[in-house]
Amino acid sequence: MRLSPDQMIFWQHGWIKLNGTIVFTWGLMLVLAAGAKLITRNLSTELSRTRWQNLLEMIVTSMEKQIEEVGLPHPEKYLGFLGTLFLFVALAALCTVIPGYEPPTGSLSTTAALALCVFVAVPLFGIAEQGLGGYLKTYVQPTVIMLPFNLISELSRTLALAVRLFGNMMSGAMIIAILLTITPYVFPLIMTVLGLLTGMVQAYIFSILAAVYIAAATRTREPKPKPVPAT
Amino acid sequence: MDSSTLIAVASIATAGLTTGIGCMCPALGEGRAVATALTSLAQQPDASATITRTLFVGLAMIESTAIYCFVVSMILIFANPFWNHVIAGAATAAGK
Repeated sequence: MRLSPDQMIFWQHGWIKLNGTIVFTWGLMLVLAAGAKLITRNLSTELSRTRWQNLLEMIVTSMEKQIEEVGLPHPEKYLGFLGTLFLFVALAALCTVIPGYEPPTGSLSTTAALALCVFVAVPLFGIAEQGLGGYLKTYVQPTVIMLPFNLISELSRTLALAVRLFGNMMSGAMIIAILLTITPYVFPLIMTVLGLLTGMVQAYIFSILAAVYIAAATRTREPKPKPVPAT
Repeated sequence: MDSSTLIAVASIATAGLTTGIGCMCPALGEGRAVATALTSLAQQPDASATITRTLFVGLAMIESTAIYCFVVSMILIFANPFWNHVIAGAATAAGK
């Protein structure tokens, strides 16, 4: 019973192993980078444009709108990071229609790496917006007693991001594998479609949660007005 | 019962119980969340984008607790360290 694409070994030399996670991640990176390069070679600003450019524009503008709605006023600053997160996780889920492919996000290594990226990015964006002192002061809001709780919540949010994505992708792949041994034809097809749906939803959730965490770290808190003493 | 039987029984029973309880309680919570979201959609249809997005984020947070229970069950069934230890001990005892 294969729990993750980590156990599909393609090539091994001593302790260096090329397992399924690495190979499929490289494949996804190749598709994303090469696709983007090819489509954006001749961008047109006229009314008529190629279908692929139209598709990319739809994706980019809807991501920008979503980031703005979450509460980040200049979405282009965060679009690179959040957009890449969404596109990678969504493409990883979408490619399950290709036979023989296992989503690399079904391995805890990949999801932990993505969650660590978010963990590092949130303070970086916070410090870029508010300066080092301003960002560190948010840890002692509203009182100093909240400092350990704020720190623990940072760590547990990261852990929850990783385990949520891993659990969803792994459970989809595992249910299909188990069902294939029981009823080979119709039921695994339905579960694959369900797996596609949950994969896209989880991609959206991952990037929206990252956006919400960044928004929480970068929003400027107005000082509370002092209560006026009654005369 | 010897210890290997005890480990097997405990793992199997706990795995079943974890999945059972871990699927019931988040389902109840998600049902309440969707019901409240439907009520507020009926009251303010023009805020439907915000309500829908917040609903999905909330559902994902609730779902993640169910996923934690599922992961623990899978570990108990397929990657159980106690059972692997017992199996390794039985293999070396049989090989001796």
